[in-house]
Amino acid sequence: MLRKRVAMQDIAAETRLFNSRALVAMLVVCAMFSVILINMYNLQVRSYQDYQIRSEGNRIKVLPMAPNRGLISDRNGILLAENRPVFSLELIPEQIADIHNTVLALAELIPITPEQQQEFLQQVRQQRRFNAIALKERLEEEEVAIISVNLHRFPGVTIEARLSRHYPFADLFTHALGYIGKINTDDLRKLEEQGQLANYAASREIGKLGLERYYEEQLHGTMGYQEVEVNNRGRVIRVLRSVPARSGKNIRLSLDVGLQLTAQQTLQQKRGAIVAMDPRDGSVLAFYSNPSYDPNLFVHGISSSNYNALLHSPDRPLINRATQGIYPPASTIKPHLALLGLETDTIQPDTKVWDPGFFTLPNSDHRFRDWKRGGHGWVDVYSAIAESCDIFFYDLGIKLGIDTISDYMRQFGFGERTGIDIHEEASANMPSRGWKRARFNQPWYPGDTVPLSIGQSFWTATPVQLALSTAVLVNKGMMPTPHMAAELSSESSSELIDPGLRPSVNVVDEQNWQVVTDTMARTVSTLRGTAHNAFKKAEYTSGGKTGTAQVVAIAQDAKYDADTLDEHQRDNAMYIGYAPADKPTVVFAVVVENTGGGSSVGAPIGRQLLDYYFSAGVNANE
Amino acid sequence: MNNTLVSPEQRSGKLAAFHIDLPLLLGLLTLLAFGLVILYSATGQSEAMMKAQVIRLGVALAVMVGIAQLSPQTIRRWAIALFSVGLLMLIAVLLFGYVGKGAQRWLDLGFMKFQPSEVMKLAVPLAVAWFIASHNLPPRLWHLLVGFLMCAVPTLLIAKQPDLGTSLLIAMSGVFVLFMAGMSWRLMSFIAVLVSAFAPVMWFFLMHDYQRQRVLTFLNPETDPLGSGYHIIQSKIAIGSGGLDGKGWLQGTQSQLEFLPERHTDFIFSVLSEEFGLIGVLLLLAVYLFIIGRGLLIASRAQDNFSKLVAASFTLTFFVYVFVNIGMVSGLLPVVGVPLPLVSYGGTSMVTLMAAFGVLMSVSTHKRMLANG
Repeated sequence: MLRKRVAMQDIAAETRLFNSRALVAMLVVCAMFSVILINMYNLQVRSYQDYQIRSEGNRIKVLPMAPNRGLISDRNGILLAENRPVFSLELIPEQIADIHNTVLALAELIPITPEQQQEFLQQVRQQRRFNAIALKERLEEEEVAIISVNLHRFPGVTIEARLSRHYPFADLFTHALGYIGKINTDDLRKLEEQGQLANYAASREIGKLGLERYYEEQLHGTMGYQEVEVNNRGRVIRVLRSVPARSGKNIRLSLDVGLQLTAQQTLQQKRGAIVAMDPRDGSVLAFYSNPSYDPNLFVHGISSSNYNALLHSPDRPLINRATQGIYPPASTIKPHLALLGLETDTIQPDTKVWDPGFFTLPNSDHRFRDWKRGGHGWVDVYSAIAESCDIFFYDLGIKLGIDTISDYMRQFGFGERTGIDIHEEASANMPSRGWKRARFNQPWYPGDTVPLSIGQSFWTATPVQLALSTAVLVNKGMMPTPHMAAELSSESSSELIDPGLRPSVNVVDEQNWQVVTDTMARTVSTLRGTAHNAFKKAEYTSGGKTGTAQVVAIAQDAKYDADTLDEHQRDNAMYIGYAPADKPTVVFAVVVENTGGGSSVGAPIGRQLLDYYFSAGVNANE
Repeated sequence: MNNTLVSPEQRSGKLAAFHIDLPLLLGLLTLLAFGLVILYSATGQSEAMMKAQVIRLGVALAVMVGIAQLSPQTIRRWAIALFSVGLLMLIAVLLFGYVGKGAQRWLDLGFMKFQPSEVMKLAVPLAVAWFIASHNLPPRLWHLLVGFLMCAVPTLLIAKQPDLGTSLLIAMSGVFVLFMAGMSWRLMSFIAVLVSAFAPVMWFFLMHDYQRQRVLTFLNPETDPLGSGYHIIQSKIAIGSGGLDGKGWLQGTQSQLEFLPERHTDFIFSVLSEEFGLIGVLLLLAVYLFIIGRGLLIASRAQDNFSKLVAASFTLTFFVYVFVNIGMVSGLLPVVGVPLPLVSYGGTSMVTLMAAFGVLMSVSTHKRMLANG
């Protein structure tokens, strides 16, 4: 045993010691509870806002809802671009006991390729089990029917309808409407720059070309959204707030289906373009480029074989010839040049020029030939335009000089984009001294002015420019802006599109303008007029000007023979016109590539257009 | 052993006959009731889980009352036996244990799975107190060394399972006995220095990767918000967004929409904080403080040193549970997997805790009989 002294227990001391330790312990407990409380105060009071926001961010998700795209119709309300329901077969994994067998059973009802099944099963592994996953998209109507009657056998299997863009007229309006396609990274970048990215959160497609692209903002509409409460796995527990999407605006175009069809028929098998518009406001009535293609191919993603076929076709169907086709305007600009001569007093209405069939510059023996062998004899401005005499204009061109011509023609819109409401537009070329210096580093020679005076050599124009310049001519200097969209409308409001007319060409003497339009009317009405044959027995009056553009330079003294030339080297046929002759309500331009003369090919197409225009009363209600 | 000279405050009352300490019982019942209210919300209103928890509660209360009937002397006699059996079972677990959740903690007895570490939660303080109290206080150095050894052996065995959290808590419950017995402050400072020197050794040689990860996550949870930091971030969001008066019962979005992980077990305090706010937290802490205060009071009024030391150790261990759980869910401590005592869903730890409170009640109510004897 231990010694007594040590073994003696001092109970009072032990109790004191224990109680002091218990007190220390209680104090420590209180101190540590205080630490907890201070921490709680920091979390729940001082940082409350912070955590409140993070808590809301956890539970609230915003589900975007895509708006319906606006519809596009022709001037009479016939739908040109619509939204059709497409059906897809979708499965919700968590509601299906045996996914593999369900897929196999469905594949017995409708054809489902092994690739589609593989893709689906992969998606099932990757996605949340309560999300619907598509097994087959774009079902045929028959497939929808088969699945629908068997749906009761398959819990968790649904047929979902989604709206998809459809162009019922297929290739007829392609170059005007363009098309929509899947949003790509380029589109995303642009949307971000425009601050529109959020608005496209639920959208899959975007306007890629034509009016669909130009009016993307109006057609797309405003995204709606649902604010939903979700749990930690993202399952929607309830809808807190719902803001419906606002559909895009519907667009009524000024284009006319009938006139457009006429344009397509007249261009069958030929490459070319037709643009017709109302000169009074610039509303476009027909806008067709041939050959065309089916824009529906692009909506769901075009196959590479189809795309390559379009891209490499020698007829270049992807080119929008109406606005991007760059052609020498040829004789169609003679009225404009004559007007310039009259306005500058370079010629008078009765000025006569001797046409021996060729023209030579002083100190040169190069012969610039007339299209008519042997020449027209004495010609004045009337016969020079009606019969399309070249020598008269060679002479006039040399007298006017390049600077005067270039400045004046720019006022008619040559060398400038017309501002039509699609982005695919070329400015073509109105040459000048400065342009030639910049382009070739050469001075401008008088020899350059001679072919320029009959719309050849460096001068090029697009069909829409030709139509517009005709409108300026009949409007006596007032220029409209061509536009295909006539009216934007939403459920609540509608807005007419009228860019208005603007003075573009300075008028010296209105009489001169009358003289020029008279000469164009004579092209149609007088026996020797180049369009007389084409417009024989027409029930309306009209004016016009033919053009035959050389695509390749013809060697000195050689004779143009279409049969011996390769097709792509044959002449382009051109025709510009307007009607009725006294108060024009329509102007138009026709370009047909590599088919021959403006008189034999161009003018007859103009005739067919105008025949339809007047018989159907395309523009009669205005 | 007739050295009980001080006449203790003697109490009488109807409940005394059943050896029930009324204030402690009221405190515990309040806590359990509050706990059930939170649990109903935290289980997503699962009636099956509520039923299971209420049955466990009944069992635990019965165990508490049952143990309260034993006198401290009886408990003291059995302390070293319990400790020895516990040690044997810990060794058995390492040899034949059942592996669950990557750790070898369970012993399969055929009809139930059983964690011997739960026994050691009671046995270690009882055994250390038995040894220390059999000598005069304050303990001499070699008494302390033996005490430390009695703590260290089970601690290392449990740490090897691996269950670092439990092993540290058990070590602590033994150390509390030594502290209350009057271990000198100088020695405690020395041990503190020794432990901090040992920390790097532990980090590099004793800790498992997942344990190191927990510590790293604790130090900076935002570095891995979807991985290991997710728990603590979501928990802090739940607590913080509760604000002063909470989102309302069953209205906590973090808990009801399951952003909060382990919401009915380790993170149940976050559910309380979210739905009842700072006011709810204050209420819960007040109840805990009352129980702890009552426990220390029972300890200081106890008649013999064994009773004093055991009662104080159990009370302080209970406090450590509370502090560690709240500390870990609110970002003060790393996540170590300690449930909120008497509130979290789960059985074994609740029975163990109530058994400890049974010992406290025994200490509190067997004085007169002692005095009489």
